[in-house]
Amino acid sequence: MKQKHLVIFSAFFLLIAFVAGAMLYSSQKSDKALEAYRRDKSTFIRENVPTFGNPAAKVDIVEFLDPACGTCKEFYPLVKKLLAAHPDKIRLYVRYAAFHPGSDQVIKILEAAHRQGKFKETLEAVFAAQEAWAPQHRPQPELVWNYIGGVGLDIRKLRHDMALPEVEKTVSQGLADAKTLNVKATPEFFVNGKPLPSFGYDQLKTLVEEAVAAAY
Amino acid sequence: MNSSTREQDSNWMLLFACWMIASVSVLGSLFFSEVMGFQPCVLCWYQRICMYPLVLILPAGMFPFDRNIVRYALPLSLIGTLIALFHLLLVAGYIPESIKPCVQGIPCSEVQIEWFGFVTIPLLSGVSFLVITVLLILTHRRASK
Repeated sequence: MKQKHLVIFSAFFLLIAFVAGAMLYSSQKSDKALEAYRRDKSTFIRENVPTFGNPAAKVDIVEFLDPACGTCKEFYPLVKKLLAAHPDKIRLYVRYAAFHPGSDQVIKILEAAHRQGKFKETLEAVFAAQEAWAPQHRPQPELVWNYIGGVGLDIRKLRHDMALPEVEKTVSQGLADAKTLNVKATPEFFVNGKPLPSFGYDQLKTLVEEAVAAAY
Repeated sequence: MNSSTREQDSNWMLLFACWMIASVSVLGSLFFSEVMGFQPCVLCWYQRICMYPLVLILPAGMFPFDRNIVRYALPLSLIGTLIALFHLLLVAGYIPESIKPCVQGIPCSEVQIEWFGFVTIPLLSGVSFLVITVLLILTHRRASK
């Protein structure tokens, strides 16, 4: 009987230790990100990154996304809804984390489109056709060209811009910043520097609403 | 009678120690992958396949104490030890590039953590498997006397 108690007690103790450790880890991670954000935003927000919303907004959302990531596609309309729910109070910054092989090509298309002022339209076209060009998480970037015809891009200029070193650099810069900020999966959000406590739309919404309430 | 009960109790404690090591290893591996977000490589998955069942199999031989449990648990811990050893050699670079089983995705040779300059995840795994194996053999030898 004593042996049974020992096993049950140990199992219980180990589980508690696991949960406590997980909570401690996530709160430390959050504190560290927040501290880094307060010290220097440049890892979060690089120059000329695509943005949505009011430039004077007091709440910044930094989103790391991969154009081939299905969850990023699912979150896109939800994030837009969040922005619409608090007009002029939120600014969204889009960063890239090319976690899928082949995503880098699509990111270059997006970044070159950004130079033509057509980032939003191109991103929407890329997401809308995601299943067609990235089936089962295997991006075939050459297929993307078939789906961005309706955006009204200057394709010759786009191809030229894609080869620019600054455009190429956004891919590696995004990956480097993702590594620094401990981004291991996409989409990852930072609301005024705070990461999500756990992944989910409700968590994002709560974080945004708290930030809006604190800033306005 | 009394001394044989005591002996059985100490053998039971050996099994319990194996179970504790296996449980800590399982929770630790889940902490690395689910909390810290490290993606397990292919070799890590093979080691998990050997470690996770021990947490469930060992208690079956602890209530009531059954020395035959060693026959069921030892193959898992032995194979786990071998895979961990292979993994360690791979990380250390003793096994050449061409034999690496994972080319795409997460390379098994990538070092995710390095505590005190030498403690890596495959080392933790290898030590766990090795200790479990030794304790299981010890249990079997003592119990079959």
